Amino acid sequence: MLLKITFTQQRRVRLAQGLWLMSWLAVMSGAFIFCLGVYLKTELLRRAEVMDNTEIHMVPNILMMVGLVSIGTNWVATRVCQDSLDASRFPRWKLLLMAWFAVAMLLCCLLLAVVVLSYALQGRLEESLKVGLRNGIRFYKDTDVPGRCFQKETIDRLQMEFRCCGNNNFKDWFEVQWVSNRYLDFTSKDVKDRIRSNVDGRFLLDGVPFSCCNPASPRPCLQYHLTDNSAHYSYDYQAEELNLYSRGCRQALTDYYMEMMNSTGPGVLSVILIQMSVLVSLRYLQTAVEGATALEDPEGESVGYLLEKGVKETFEDVKANVLDILKFAQVDPSAAEGSPGAEDAEKPADNTTEKAASPTPSPAS
Amino acid sequence: MAVGKVTFSKVEREKLAEVLWLLNWISVVTGTILFGLGLFLRVEIHKWQEVMSEQGILYVPHMLITTGLAACCINFFGGKICLDCADTNKFLRWKLVMMPYIICTFFFTSCVLAGALMCYGIRSQMEESLFMGLRNAMRYYKDTDTPGRCNLKRTVDLLQIQFQCCGNTGYRDWFQIQWISSRYLDMSSSAVVDRMRSNVEGKYLMDGVPFSCCSTFSPWPCIQHHLSTSSTQDEQSQQLNLWRRGCRQALLDHYTGIMQSIGLTVLLIWLFELLVLTGVRYLQTAMENVLRLGDPESESDGWILENSLAETARSNFNIIKNLGKCYQVDDDPNINVPTAAAEEELPS
Repeated sequence: MLLKITFTQQRRVRLAQGLWLMSWLAVMSGAFIFCLGVYLKTELLRRAEVMDNTEIHMVPNILMMVGLVSIGTNWVATRVCQDSLDASRFPRWKLLLMAWFAVAMLLCCLLLAVVVLSYALQGRLEESLKVGLRNGIRFYKDTDVPGRCFQKETIDRLQMEFRCCGNNNFKDWFEVQWVSNRYLDFTSKDVKDRIRSNVDGRFLLDGVPFSCCNPASPRPCLQYHLTDNSAHYSYDYQAEELNLYSRGCRQALTDYYMEMMNSTGPGVLSVILIQMSVLVSLRYLQTAVEGATALEDPEGESVGYLLEKGVKETFEDVKANVLDILKFAQVDPSAAEGSPGAEDAEKPADNTTEKAASPTPSPAS
Repeated sequence: MAVGKVTFSKVEREKLAEVLWLLNWISVVTGTILFGLGLFLRVEIHKWQEVMSEQGILYVPHMLITTGLAACCINFFGGKICLDCADTNKFLRWKLVMMPYIICTFFFTSCVLAGALMCYGIRSQMEESLFMGLRNAMRYYKDTDTPGRCNLKRTVDLLQIQFQCCGNTGYRDWFQIQWISSRYLDMSSSAVVDRMRSNVEGKYLMDGVPFSCCSTFSPWPCIQHHLSTSSTQDEQSQQLNLWRRGCRQALLDHYTGIMQSIGLTVLLIWLFELLVLTGVRYLQTAMENVLRLGDPESESDGWILENSLAETARSNFNIIKNLGKCYQVDDDPNINVPTAAAEEELPS
């Protein structure tokens, strides 16, 4: 037996009560995880216009799903606790508990995966933002093209809210024509010169939109002729730091989302801890109560354990059972459709695995 | 003739005491809400304090904060008293404190009402304050090197961006002040010198606005300068280029909205406090009458005022008048008052 503990009746009662409380705590934490997922999703959707793909949405989607399943799972655990001390009502949960353990382990694994993903997807997020922002800047001037007419407002608001300018920095605006042809006076010599000065015939300026302006600058914002020191009085292009926002929007948005996901890290880890402790406690409660019912004196001492045999032996048992079920399923195809228990074979086996060789059990409702 | 007389049986008195105990605890909660509202308003006003010329507006949140704290203390105390009042023996302990407690509660409830009314009445004073404050802020916009004013540029820019407004009444206010500091003007250029000479005060005025006036809804890049002479747009497009609203109106609307909702909540809290006060008064008078009757099990009357309003006012006025007389000559015949004749007899 793995990690066995002796339980008197008193301790069993205490365990059941404590576990009931902890299961309700786990239900709350499931709700918390769900809300966290919803919050992350809304934040990502708000800036969906400057993101090229939705890969990063995997994180909040998993969180929402795990949250909902966790609420249901832990609610089941509270029902089990309530019935655990009643010898007549506990046996009906026996079969469901196998599935429960599998689901709980899966939830913990998914939550761990979320924590890992939130770090791993940073690169993909940056890529997505890079492409999205590049398009936003390119289509800034197309306020009369359906499907792109909102880009100007989006980029302006983004730059003002996140205090950033351009993709990597403000020089990105020099390479793009961000003034629409509708507002250019083609009779002016200056305009014609500029258009002729580059291959694609675009009107490029060394200027930026007003949303790049930094309010903290002591000087009224200089937006145009930025590289020309003589265009403005007492102006040095190299030394001027406060005039515009120096950060690029890609960096600003990546930092913002990474910070958000990192700050949820401790919360998710503590939820994993809570779920694991509910899992372990429920296993002990199950084995202790089953041991007590098997005794002549149900009020006496019983032994609770995590695994009946050692880890290796249990694993061999489970493998054998899975192969049996698969062989059984192969030989008799009609029985194959009713075997949800085949997935349960992954979790630690207990006394009831002997029964698994017989017709596949349906989960007690 | 008592005002609002109601007869209470013993059971009803105990019920009343229990209900009042609960209501007092709810009042503690509403007192914290009041405190919270005052704090919230204080923080909101503090955010844009630099564009308000006088700080007199702060007495509204301060009033709410103090009444909130007072509510918590008074109602906490009241809860204790009401719980004890169910029993006649315990009531004796509090008998002398009850009247001052009720007077305190009445006074504080009127403070709550005053706070609620102030929230509605402050609008005109706020408008004045904002007008003067914004005018000064715009005038000192360029003084980013003067200590004490160096943050005004940033404040005004952030205000215009956040509230989507421009200038005091409208964007033309910027045409009348010099918002570009002389440090950034090339005094050797003839254009600059001409402009400065063109007005009496020697200010560099231009028909341009700062970048924070630019509207994000405009379909084309913002036109900030040469606004009077730009002829390339039609009327509708001019509407979208800059923010149309004046910042005074924007801030006034913002604060009026907040204060109206706060005022409504405070009025509701005031009504609740009035209810609690009336209940406590009834309980006090009922318990006192029980003591007067001598039989704790009997029915007693409770009222708001023992006599009619006019008589109570008159008797209170007389009490106050007589308070002043305690240092004057007493008419009691038992006291030996030496007269002038008695003094003459002594030497002989």
